[in-house]
Amino acid sequence: MPPDRFVQPIRSSEDVVRVRQVARERAIAQGFSLVDQTKLVTAASELARNTLEYGGGGEVTVELLDESARKGVRLTFTDKGPGIPDVDLALKDGYTTGNGLGLGLSGARRLSNEFSIESKLGEGTRVAITRWR
Amino acid sequence: MEKIPILRMGRFLLVTIQVDMHDQLAMQLQNDLTDRIVADRAHGVLIYISSLEVVDSFIGRMISNIAAMARVLDAETVVVGMQPAVAITLVELGLSLEGVRTALNVDKGMALLREQVAAAGRT
Repeated sequence: MPPDRFVQPIRSSEDVVRVRQVARERAIAQGFSLVDQTKLVTAASELARNTLEYGGGGEVTVELLDESARKGVRLTFTDKGPGIPDVDLALKDGYTTGNGLGLGLSGARRLSNEFSIESKLGEGTRVAITRWR
Repeated sequence: MEKIPILRMGRFLLVTIQVDMHDQLAMQLQNDLTDRIVADRAHGVLIYISSLEVVDSFIGRMISNIAAMARVLDAETVVVGMQPAVAITLVELGLSLEGVRTALNVDKGMALLREQVAAAGRT
C-alpha cells in the first residue's frame, strides 16, 4: 500500500508525468473504477501543468482519504508563483493567459467531486481536488 | 533523446503511442510528423492510441494540431483505438478534438484513410 500522504515536487514536464503516475497508483489503491482513475489522473495532469507553467513550479500533496462509508484521493497543488488576479475569470472555459486551450482549471473542476482554489497576488496559488470512489 | 517512432507504409505514416508522453515529447512528435509528411509525400497519418491512458488538454491539442497541419499539407489523419475511459474523460474535460477523424481499430482506420484519400482524388 502507498503511504497515506506523499509530496511530489513539480519542477519539470517529467514531474508532470510522475504526478499522473502517482495519482493513478493512489486511485487504484483506493479501488477506483477505470473511468474514475482516468478522470482523477487527467485532472491531476492539468493542475500539475498549471503549477509548472503559471506557478513557476511547486508541489502536490497526495492524500488517501478513508471515511467509514467512502474512500477517496485528495490532491493539493501549491506554488509560490505570481498568483491569479481574477480567479472567476481563470475558471471560465477557454480563458487563458498562456498558449493552452483554457480548459485546465475548468476541466479539472468538472473532473473532480470537490474543488477549491485560493490565490494571492505575489504569493502563490493553492488548488485542491478530491475524487471519491 | 527518446522519440516516438514513425513508420511508413506505402503513402501512409503510422504512429503508435506506447508511452506516457511528457509535453516536450508530444511537441517533438508533432514536429517530426509534419516533417515526415512532406519528406515522404504521405497522404495519410494513422495514430494508434490504445495504450494511451490519459489524454489531457495538452495531448488533445497536439492531436488536433497534427490533424490540422496534415490537412494543410494535403494529408488526412485518423486516430485509432481510443480507450472508452479516455473518451468519457475527454468529453467531460471539454475537449471535442474538432476536425479529427477517429476509428475503432486499425483495419477501420486504414479503410477510412484510403476512402478519404480516394475521395480527394489522390490515389
